[in-house]
Amino acid sequence: MASRMLEKTRPPEATLPAGGNGHAAVPPAFGDGGGSGWGAEPSPVATARVGLWTLLVAVTMLFVAFTASYLSRRNAPDWTPVPLPGLLWVNTAVLAASSAALEWARRAWRRGEGERLRRGLAVASGLGALFLLGQIAAWRQLIDAGVFMRSSPHSAFFYLLTAVHGLHLLGGLGGLGYALRRTDGPAVEGAALYWHFLAGLWVYVFLILFFI
Amino acid sequence: MDAATAHAEAHTGHELSFWRKYIFSTDHKIIGLQYAFTSMFMAVLGGLLAMFVRLQLAWPGRAWPILGSLLPGGMPGGEMTPAFYLASVTMHGTIMIFFVLTTLLTGGFGNFLIPLQIGARDMAFPFLNAISYWLYPPAVIVLLASFFVAGGAAGGGWTAYPPLSALPQAAPGSGMGQTLWLISLAILIVAFLLGSLNYITTVLQLRARGMSMLRLPLTIWGLFVTAVLSLLAFPVLLAAAIMLLFDRMGGTSFFVPAGLIVGTVPVDHAGGNPLLWQHLFWFLGHPEVYVLILPPMGMVSDILANNARKPIFGYRFMVASIVAIAFLSFLVWGHHMYTSGMHPLLGTAFMTTTLIIAVPSAIKTFNWLATLWRAKIRFTSAMLFTLGFLSLFVTGGLTGIMLGQPPVDIYLQDTFFVVAHFHFVMGLAAIFAAFAGTYFWFPKMFGRMMSERLGKWHFWLSFPAAYLTFFPMHYAGMMGMMRRIYSPALYAHLQGLQPINIVVSIGAFILFAAQFIFLVNFFRSAFRGPKAETNPWGATTLEWQAPSPPPHGNWGAHLPTVHRWAYEYSPPGAAEDFIPQSHPAGVPVPAGDGQGPAPGGDGVQGDEHARGGRG
Repeated sequence: MASRMLEKTRPPEATLPAGGNGHAAVPPAFGDGGGSGWGAEPSPVATARVGLWTLLVAVTMLFVAFTASYLSRRNAPDWTPVPLPGLLWVNTAVLAASSAALEWARRAWRRGEGERLRRGLAVASGLGALFLLGQIAAWRQLIDAGVFMRSSPHSAFFYLLTAVHGLHLLGGLGGLGYALRRTDGPAVEGAALYWHFLAGLWVYVFLILFFI
Repeated sequence: MDAATAHAEAHTGHELSFWRKYIFSTDHKIIGLQYAFTSMFMAVLGGLLAMFVRLQLAWPGRAWPILGSLLPGGMPGGEMTPAFYLASVTMHGTIMIFFVLTTLLTGGFGNFLIPLQIGARDMAFPFLNAISYWLYPPAVIVLLASFFVAGGAAGGGWTAYPPLSALPQAAPGSGMGQTLWLISLAILIVAFLLGSLNYITTVLQLRARGMSMLRLPLTIWGLFVTAVLSLLAFPVLLAAAIMLLFDRMGGTSFFVPAGLIVGTVPVDHAGGNPLLWQHLFWFLGHPEVYVLILPPMGMVSDILANNARKPIFGYRFMVASIVAIAFLSFLVWGHHMYTSGMHPLLGTAFMTTTLIIAVPSAIKTFNWLATLWRAKIRFTSAMLFTLGFLSLFVTGGLTGIMLGQPPVDIYLQDTFFVVAHFHFVMGLAAIFAAFAGTYFWFPKMFGRMMSERLGKWHFWLSFPAAYLTFFPMHYAGMMGMMRRIYSPALYAHLQGLQPINIVVSIGAFILFAAQFIFLVNFFRSAFRGPKAETNPWGATTLEWQAPSPPPHGNWGAHLPTVHRWAYEYSPPGAAEDFIPQSHPAGVPVPAGDGQGPAPGGDGVQGDEHARGGRG
């Protein structure tokens, strides 16, 4: 298992607390918390991961609400799709590359290669920032073409969904920066999970905007 | 100094500055109390707004010169303006639901009790927890600022239905007030989400050794499932609020239909669907009422078992019914929309899911009654309010079964019958449970006892006043009295109802006044109450093994180990009528107070842990 491997290779900081109970470098067998008759105690990585999945559930519900509204709104008679800039395909590729770089970094780090982790995180963050700039450029192209938020319901959803996704991605960039600084288990695993999720979320938003 | 002492000091000994300790604290207990105090402030405000509403409904058009000089804007010359009346109704609902009950029950009790009852030192993410609280005061400030902007606070009801809430020109309260309302709610939703994230992670990851999910006290089950509900429901309201803000400020048409005319001016929107807002709102809104009632259900279960000195009846069914209610709550939102032109078949489907909720609710009610059956009940203030909860919950629940059926609901939609229903089942029931919880856990929160005498006064005034206020509303509603109307004097068919309205208002004034007994008791006891023992109620759950109030880190050197469920009351053959959860199996309870660190295996384990922990 991934977390099992982590126990062996993580640098000393990895055992720092993720929260209230992870107050010390506790060997699993004697840990507090999470006893519950399940045997081993959850590591800070596991706690961070549960917290992060919880966050992802909330983000998912947010986008479920937006896209459910999209599907309901597009049945109205005034729905006219606006042509979306081709730049979005490039942006999608950039974000996919960013996600791939991060995965490469995470795997290298699990093998104990700290330098590669730092390099990979830097590349992933750079590509992530490039994606955001690309999204802004796509907005500029639309605005130059005279397509504004209020032009049509489709363009309203386009600006809304890209803006909300972009804000989440901005938070993800912060997460990558945090992982770069801390390079410990909860930070790296957490930032990676969140980043991959946002890449997947973008593909979902992209498909909805382009093809539905 | 040995490792265990060092460990203990790491958690209890270090001195923080006043600001770090009480203001920007990351300690779950302080954050819980911060939530509770802010909620209490908002509760007084929300109650005051309700008094304005009742003043107007009982004596419409009467001038109150003293109030006129206090509120020249809302009551010029002492007579209430329609805009101020509607703002009072709207803000009363908004404040009580989001800024009092949600924050008090999940933010206040949830923060205070979750780590203590599961045997953890703090939340999983203490810093996020502090952020969660510190988003609440800004939300309050933005909300209250809306009273002072042009047009006044939002007046479109707590449900903020568009187009009234979408078009700034639609009504006085639809202007800046509505914008601030939406922003305030969006901030608060983020606070709730951070809180829920923390509660879920904490309960899943940080339970003490031996605390399996099916040994959790029902309070924790209620709070845990509530956190899951919040997590799934609140993002939907956030999405809706963002879209409504876009409609208001960005000129989009998510919710505003074509062809609207305000005054004589055509509206520059087209194609939106106001029903979409209703669907999104109630997809949150119905789970939200369970966010308000599931923590009370858990809390009263624990208080009931403690004061009946009997194990809770049907623990597993209690857990299962909490989960069932939570699951069903996502399938019933349409019962708020029977009159929106919904297809009758769909209405029938929503009716079915709604009525099914009566089954787990009845399971809980009968289990509570079975717990009371032939018990030697201790009538403490906490117990009185718990029994009050049962009565109010049943009264409100029964009218819920009536309203769940479209033919009845279509007649009663938007009448005072509905107002009576939801005030009983979620307003009064939830706040009575919150009072019960306060009387019960106050010794743990402040290390002092509340006055039982004042507590009983509080109950015996509040309980009859609650019925006096809300029960007659059923009759007014059945006779056609609508909600959110400025003046019943304007409608011929409501003329005969004025005596009922006056009785209701007098009940409301008594109810409001009685709460000051509680406030006096609360603050006086917090400073001057008699010192509380560790376990004054003879309770089994873990928090009663920690000192009152528990220090930072809660447990000193050794975390508790859990050996049994939370309801070992009056076990046959034991020296005392309860066995704490942390008491090792097979060791008789020491006679006397039955508290303090349990001897034996527990300590050994703790030492070993401490050595591993700080070596």
